[in-house]
Amino acid sequence: MSVTISIQDLVKKYGDATVIPELSLEIKKGEFFTLLGPSGCGKTTLLRMIAGFNSIEGGTIKFNEKTINNVEPGKRNIGMVFQNYAIFPHLSVTGNIAFGLQNRKLAKPDIAAKVEDILKVVQIEQYKDRMPKNLSGGQQQRVALARAIVIRPDVLLMDEPLSNLDAKLRVDMRNAIKELQRDVGITTVYVTHDQEEAMAVSDRIAVMKSGVIQHLGTPQEIYQRPANLFVATFIGRTNVLEAALTSNQGTRMLRFGEGGYQEPVDGLRIPDEDENKPLLAVKVSIRPEEFVISEDGTGIQAKIVHSVFLGQMTHYFVSLESGQSVEITQESTTARPLEPNQIIHLKVKKDKINIYDARGETNYTGSGRP
Amino acid sequence: MIQARKRFDVWTNLSLIIFVFYILFLALPLFTMLFKSFYDGNTGELSLAYFTKFFSKPYYLNALWNSMKVTVCVTLLAALIATPLAYIMSTVKIKGSSAIQILILISSMSAPFIGAYSWILLLGRNGVITRFFKDTLGIAMPDIYGFTGILLVLTLQMVPLIFMYVSGALKNVDQSLMEAAESMGYKGFAKMRKVLLPLITPTLLAGGLLVFMRSLADFGTPMLIGEGYKTVPVLIFTEFISEVGGDDGFAAAISVIVVLFATAVFLLQKFVANRKSYTMSALNPIEAKKKKGIGNIAAHVVIYLYTLLALMPQLYVMYTSFQKTSGRIFVPGYSLDSYRQAFDNIGDVITNTFMLAITAIVIIILLAVLIAYVTVRRRNALTNTLDTFTMFPYIVPGSILGIALLVTFNDKPLILSGTAAIMVIAFVIRRLPYTIRSSAAILHQISGGIEEAAISLGASQMKTFFKITLPMMLAGVVSGAILSWVTIITELSTSIILYTGGTRTMTVAIYTEVVRGNYGVAAALSSILTAITVVSLLIFLRMTGKKEFTL
Repeated sequence: MSVTISIQDLVKKYGDATVIPELSLEIKKGEFFTLLGPSGCGKTTLLRMIAGFNSIEGGTIKFNEKTINNVEPGKRNIGMVFQNYAIFPHLSVTGNIAFGLQNRKLAKPDIAAKVEDILKVVQIEQYKDRMPKNLSGGQQQRVALARAIVIRPDVLLMDEPLSNLDAKLRVDMRNAIKELQRDVGITTVYVTHDQEEAMAVSDRIAVMKSGVIQHLGTPQEIYQRPANLFVATFIGRTNVLEAALTSNQGTRMLRFGEGGYQEPVDGLRIPDEDENKPLLAVKVSIRPEEFVISEDGTGIQAKIVHSVFLGQMTHYFVSLESGQSVEITQESTTARPLEPNQIIHLKVKKDKINIYDARGETNYTGSGRP
Repeated sequence: MIQARKRFDVWTNLSLIIFVFYILFLALPLFTMLFKSFYDGNTGELSLAYFTKFFSKPYYLNALWNSMKVTVCVTLLAALIATPLAYIMSTVKIKGSSAIQILILISSMSAPFIGAYSWILLLGRNGVITRFFKDTLGIAMPDIYGFTGILLVLTLQMVPLIFMYVSGALKNVDQSLMEAAESMGYKGFAKMRKVLLPLITPTLLAGGLLVFMRSLADFGTPMLIGEGYKTVPVLIFTEFISEVGGDDGFAAAISVIVVLFATAVFLLQKFVANRKSYTMSALNPIEAKKKKGIGNIAAHVVIYLYTLLALMPQLYVMYTSFQKTSGRIFVPGYSLDSYRQAFDNIGDVITNTFMLAITAIVIIILLAVLIAYVTVRRRNALTNTLDTFTMFPYIVPGSILGIALLVTFNDKPLILSGTAAIMVIAFVIRRLPYTIRSSAAILHQISGGIEEAAISLGASQMKTFFKITLPMMLAGVVSGAILSWVTIITELSTSIILYTGGTRTMTVAIYTEVVRGNYGVAAALSSILTAITVVSLLIFLRMTGKKEFTL
């Protein structure tokens, strides 16, 4: 059944343009693995190379020990769910789901039984004789899913399967997909540009940009310890502040602005050549919830611009002395939200924030290697 | 809501006027024809005599059988040839494919009988190719006259229609459907049979219907190349025009039979097509990819050969138009004599054609815009009936409409026979659908809210229509009108019934010159007609930015 997918030094070129330069990756057996990135990052290209619809210009893809570079898509034993579902409009729900089985020379009763089973699993039994045009988006999605898994594929590939659904249905379906994948245990490669969706379904996520994996890790690692500033800004919301690391009698301090607010920080991993510099310019990624409004008048001075009450949390848009705009969130209280033009002082939750080198390429704050 | 408005307004009045037009010039003639077919001129009583006559004589039944044979064979053959061609063009990158698509479009828009006459020049008893094979290679070519010739000419004429339909359908097939089939292990022929073919079946049925109706109605081709092989349109024509006292009643009876047959086929097609229709829109359409090796060469050869074959009749006619003639025979050397003769002797046919066609097209544009508007925006019983009326030209062959008009307006109170008016009316009725179709299509894309906005700002209904809706519809109207225009100037089967000395058109002149064996003049006129057609189509392509269209 399920397989391990090993990708070694994979290269994809369109003409002279290299879309994916030497990418290596191992997707574990039974894992729900997501390729996440902005459009044009190469995630769909990579998925289609695994499926066999895109040619491979270099490197290898293996299912377990078997190199599949030159195996036709139909012989790779994959199930694929397409972005627009690719439901055959001329076949009924049953016809669509049975399509892959019919090619496998199974006896008719076997096919019927398998289709019946899968209809139950994806909960569309009552629609089995309908034509696709009479199905809603969510129902079509379920047919596409059923059609892909009924053939018991080694690998399930999904290309932005939820992007055509409305917001509420998207949440329902992603839970259904996750649950189904856990029950069936198929190695799954999932492509999306929606980071919340990726977090919700994945065991591991590879964040991609320009054909290169920026960060590979669990949803928690990726959110809390993004490998670089790109990942930090792509996943969730964050504020990037310029700051400096100073050394004062062996303690390292993170200082915002000349002679401004500073916090002691430890456990940083700084490259040797920068280790002993007295002053090191850095970029700090601070998520809105990693700010604390200080009660004692110390911290970074900021002025409230406006506030948005969203129930559980209240968002404040503030402007710092430097003129930079920053977004912060605070748990809502029964008191009135802070008024515009009010001056506040901000501190940071120093265990949560991430400190990067000046180019935003290396995270000094501990783990989180690509 | 505009649709919910109950009170009579200016649109209701306009719908009524158009409705009366259709009753007078379509419903009344068809009813008159139906009546004539049952009316015995000698006894003055209703009888089935004409029908008994038709079904009791093998001579007549044979013509019906011939027509069916030709029509079915042409439809099947055209689909069989056109589908692979369209598939190749859609999946393989062919060098010069845009040019080829335009050439194929042009070849489809010429009058079929010009093809027939050109093939006679090429493959006929005295044809250049026949002579070449006989004299140089000593091989006797098969006889081109009769069934074979009709089949050859009509099939070549109809292939482009299905080709364009199928190409359009293939553009709506999403690449991921093919990939889904591949991922489940289907490839090559199995993939096509199980997925691609069912997806384009509705389109094949639609294109097939069009081809079926056109081949059934075609009169010029069997007349020229059929020789003894009589089809129904030829039979109707000879019965009606017959110099020894044509028989209106009998021609009417045959027409009724043909229309009933055509209606049956039409309804059957609708029934089948409705059960198989699905809407598709492709997120990632199938793309033409660069192929390598033998497959690439084969694809190019097939496409180029076909294009050459499709264009050959027109090219050869054009070539002969520059040949020197002596009397009616071509002699070695080149000259413009044929053109000189064409302008000298029958130059007025060109003026006639333009006068009639321009008058018709003006009326067509006016009516089409109004009909499109009322049938799309004001749906009610009246406009629905109007919508049905506009479908009639699909099932009523041109020569039959001509006869129906003639037998109806041959007498008081309204005598129109022999006038330019009757020609214009026939052109309008027959060629309106193209413009209506494209105007309605564009109107569907314009939100009704825009009109409501104009009305809410105080504009009257008429002002809203002329200042807001019409300008937005214009592109669609014009592209449809160009198709109507091209099909009017290449029209033969109605004109040949309705024309008189003063209203002779170019197609009629070409036809009569061919029949008289005056090939030089015919070639010159054909070339002029082709040139006008090509220019019109190029304007069409320029305006729509499309490389294909559906009829």
